Amino acid sequence: MRRKSISYAKWGYIFVIPFFAVFIVFSLIPLVSTFKNSFYENYLVNGYRQVGPNWVGFENYAELFKSETNLIKYFGNTLVIWLLGFIPQLFFSLLFASWFTDLRLKLKTGAYKIIFYLPNVIMAAAMGMLFFTLFSQSGPINSLYKSITGSTEPFMFFDHIWSQRGIIALINFLMWFGNTTIMLMAAINGIDPSLYESAQIDGANPSQTFWKITIPLIRPILLYVLITSLIGGLQMYDVPQIVSNGGEAVNRTSMTVVVYLNKHLYSKNYGMAGALSVILFVVAALLSLLIFYLTTEKDTKKKKKKGGRK
Amino acid sequence: MAAPIDAVGAKSSSTNILIRRIISYTVLTIFAFLALFPFLLLIIQMTRSSVEINQGFKPFPGGSFGANFKTVMNNNNWRMLKALRNSFIVSGLTAALSTYFSALTAYAIHVYDFKLRKFLFTFILMIMMVPAQVSALGFVRLVNDMGLQNSYIPLIVPAIAAPATFFFMKQYMESSLPLDIVEAARIDGCGEFRTFNSLVTPILKPAIAVQAIFTFVSSWNNFFIPALILDDPNKRTLPIVIQIIRSQDLASLDLGAVYVAIGISIVPVAIVYLILSKFIIRGIALGAVKG
Repeated sequence: MRRKSISYAKWGYIFVIPFFAVFIVFSLIPLVSTFKNSFYENYLVNGYRQVGPNWVGFENYAELFKSETNLIKYFGNTLVIWLLGFIPQLFFSLLFASWFTDLRLKLKTGAYKIIFYLPNVIMAAAMGMLFFTLFSQSGPINSLYKSITGSTEPFMFFDHIWSQRGIIALINFLMWFGNTTIMLMAAINGIDPSLYESAQIDGANPSQTFWKITIPLIRPILLYVLITSLIGGLQMYDVPQIVSNGGEAVNRTSMTVVVYLNKHLYSKNYGMAGALSVILFVVAALLSLLIFYLTTEKDTKKKKKKGGRK
Repeated sequence: MAAPIDAVGAKSSSTNILIRRIISYTVLTIFAFLALFPFLLLIIQMTRSSVEINQGFKPFPGGSFGANFKTVMNNNNWRMLKALRNSFIVSGLTAALSTYFSALTAYAIHVYDFKLRKFLFTFILMIMMVPAQVSALGFVRLVNDMGLQNSYIPLIVPAIAAPATFFFMKQYMESSLPLDIVEAARIDGCGEFRTFNSLVTPILKPAIAVQAIFTFVSSWNNFFIPALILDDPNKRTLPIVIQIIRSQDLASLDLGAVYVAIGISIVPVAIVYLILSKFIIRGIALGAVKG
């Protein structure tokens, strides 16, 4: 960076103190203590008799990967529910972003953007509760269902695996498709317009420009969206916690990893909660490294391009 | 995309575009309806009595909003009014602390040349991706050791270290905070701290406003950590009350009141959002460029 440096270094240190002091006390120390807890046996029996803390090495981890713990199942649930929401989210966000940025279509986009983003600012727990009541036995969706199918019995959405998972995914979709649309719009707007002009002169149709110009050029942002959404999906908690009442409903088929973590935190099983947190940390760190790797690769490509043009 | 420069075949392409416009407006309108539909149902159900709701859905409002609202306010199990007040206190203070100190940190890294500057910047970028749930266990144990259960300190103070807010501020400063201003202030004998407070913060106002809104909303919606720290019925925030309503048997509850309780958590934020929406949408696009 070209900038005049001012030698007031002391003030730089003073101004970053609050941030880092708080970070060390409320994030770093808890993180270290979480790692430490994962190697100890420490839980309550029947809610009052304390066992531990006793050093047990990797036993908590071994316990988590035993088949009767079902952790793999909970990872699977999380992944399935995430995919169920993310696939339509990416599809429609791409479609809408390409429409919104299409100068030939000249769409009035303001109101749509505002409405599409609205669910994102709403409390996820309240969204979960709202959908739970709307889809409940006496809810309006069941009134609609009964009048369409002529059935006198309500459909029990929260007693079936796929309707319950589908509702959680639907909420995730509604909450995030507006956000992704706006992100992708920003990416498409960053593309050099002369590329589209020359494509048009060459007689390319809209689907050709979309697949041959837009998609390849926004690929880095698409990857970024994919991985940040995956990290977000991994942390999925509020909606499944509320909709499936702590993950227990329908034989724990909507229990996500963090809902499961919350169970151990709530019952004060610190050893298991610690080991599970460490596993989550490792997965999130690997995904973040992937982003870092992919975005730096993008930068070197850019540099090459610039060099080539000059 | 590109400006229309069809000289040849202008007629066929204009009908083509008309068809494409009709299709896209139709699909967009369906999705706008889909996004609003749950809230529309919520508002209708908020005005109907429990008996009416149980009889089946009618697509028009009833006259029981006042009665439902009273039922919610008198429910001593939920304590909605207290939760609403608590949520306001926590989210307001979180937004204020988070934006001020993140701006201060970003300012330090932007303006001053000190040894650890580069390292600290990279470090903050690295911790941006660590999910809060990962250190939740250690956090809850620390809070217990400090005797801060049922206190708002562990919900508010950690917001001082907000990597995402920091990053946004840093980006904003790069584009709109010239260092000459800082130097001019220095020549005029203005102290460093005063320069930041009375000269720099007004320049940062747009960025501070956007981040204050985002931080307020995410604190308002925060469920995971508060649920582990607050168990005093008078200290609960709104998401915890939602959880308590969910854990009760829906059939045993006054459904009109349940809808109003959900509405209290949703409608104020939705209204504020709609008022500030233009501002907010611009803010997200700004944040998106960082990716």
